Amino acid sequence: MKPSIKGIAINTFRESARNKMFYLLVFFGILFALSSKLVSFLTLGDAMKVLKDTGLAAINFFCVLIAIFTGINLVYKEIEKRTAFNILSKPVSRDEFIIGKFLGLALTMLTALGAMAVIFFAFIALSGGGFDPGIALYFLMLFLELLVIVAISLLFSSFTTPILSFIFTVSLYLIGQIMWTYNEFRSYITVPLWRKLTQALYYLLPNLSKFNIKNDVVMGVAAHPWTILFSVLYALAYVLALLALTILIFRRREFQ
Amino acid sequence: MKALEIKGLKKSFRSNFLIRKYDILKGIDLDVEQGEIYGFLGPNGAGKTTTIKCVMGLLAVNAGEILFDGQPAATPAARRRIGFLPENPYFYDYLSAREFLFFSASLFNISAAAVKDKVEILIHRVGLSGHEDLKLRKFSKGMIQRLGLAQALINDPDLLILDEPFSGLDPIGRKDLRTLILSLREQGKTIFFSSHILQDMELMVDRVGIILDGAIRRQGKLSELISRSTQYYEVVCDHIAEKQLAHIQANFACRDGQFILTLASDADINQAVESIIHNNGRIVAVNPVKMTLEDIFFSEMTGGVFQAPTSRSNGTGGPHRPAKTGDSR
Repeated sequence: MKPSIKGIAINTFRESARNKMFYLLVFFGILFALSSKLVSFLTLGDAMKVLKDTGLAAINFFCVLIAIFTGINLVYKEIEKRTAFNILSKPVSRDEFIIGKFLGLALTMLTALGAMAVIFFAFIALSGGGFDPGIALYFLMLFLELLVIVAISLLFSSFTTPILSFIFTVSLYLIGQIMWTYNEFRSYITVPLWRKLTQALYYLLPNLSKFNIKNDVVMGVAAHPWTILFSVLYALAYVLALLALTILIFRRREFQ
Repeated sequence: MKALEIKGLKKSFRSNFLIRKYDILKGIDLDVEQGEIYGFLGPNGAGKTTTIKCVMGLLAVNAGEILFDGQPAATPAARRRIGFLPENPYFYDYLSAREFLFFSASLFNISAAAVKDKVEILIHRVGLSGHEDLKLRKFSKGMIQRLGLAQALINDPDLLILDEPFSGLDPIGRKDLRTLILSLREQGKTIFFSSHILQDMELMVDRVGIILDGAIRRQGKLSELISRSTQYYEVVCDHIAEKQLAHIQANFACRDGQFILTLASDADINQAVESIIHNNGRIVAVNPVKMTLEDIFFSEMTGGVFQAPTSRSNGTGGPHRPAKTGDSR
């Protein structure tokens, strides 16, 4: 990796790591995950299932929150505060700047998710459960989903304000979560033009439901290796496409 | 050899939802020689920062050419040899000065091990010793400016571009910066800087370019610009009544009991001095006055013409200056 990209990535990670909000969200993520024990006491049925279900949901929620809140400010703040001037006046291309920023945020998400995952595994062990490879797989899929969310927020951050970036990113996130029902909805459309348009949208919009294997993990159903491989490839392709689009926009950006 | 050449640089911005177009730079032509200090002078909104941003590739140019050592300047390869201090710099406030300089070095693909000693030297050189581990959020504006200069020197650049480097510095900081810039010229570096502070510029620059309304109005060696400009003479005298000066062909002002006569040419001096002595007056001083950079700057601002005094004055202000003749452009 070029030292300039590495430098920008490490600096981006350092920015998050020195932000109190980051620690606060990680702390609440862990707190809510651990409070699943309380929920399991209050619920009928398999306590371990409830613990896993609510715990993983809490980790998912706070990781997505960190990804969105960090991502929407990523490039915008650099331009607003003119710190980007300093970087881009050095022998650093705009492409390297965007890639460095993305990798830095990916490292941030890996750290946040890693910390929550380690504590959650320890918590399950203390609660009498063994190591569940399904949960490890769930965290891998969640990381892929976070990479897509980070790339989306980075794209919006490169040309609009944090408020609009937040609205667009959250909208795409919510749409992405219900993409599995979108195909069903399409089957009711009879007009050919609309069918083609909705099909195009299906391929264009992020299908985040591909990464959601929580129900299978909780129920102990093993995911098919091809499904996992396809999800990995989908995430990589989608992230690369978003980064390419971000770079194209950022190359044309003027720093007045 | 030209260190920096700007030819026919034009830049406009659109606003009001792309309807109105504002021409900011209307064809800038300037050149900076190797090893010189070039002062880029102009009022607010003249286009100084826009020109510098175009040089650094932060803005795309609409027309024209910017060359560094004969090669396009806005490329990563050229920027490897350029050091840049932006106007009112803002750096990552969660970093310490030392961390920031290591980060800046990484952007030039210089490893931390290779630059370790240099970071310490630069911190000392810009006067930040003892503050190297302080977070930048605790830095004053002047300290940030000093750090900005250190990061601009991290790659040992051939060309240093400084946008308003004196902004935010106290008198000691300004003197330190002047000394540093002059020592960099001694090392063979080329320095291009913009400033509003004419006194600092006059003390340092080899050549100057005056930009007004997006175009270069004057460019040349400072010594030539000043000596080529109109001179006038001041005769200071006292122990004489105002009515006794009436027949001398000069404008005059009275200050602290002394009369200051301004004479357009040296031919008038003898006549004025003889007349004062004849009336038992005392000659305190005879001063030939050359135009300063400030005079040239304001002359350009007012369209190249000084306003001649139209009536005699005995106020407490400074002396009137004679009308300047000819076109100064």
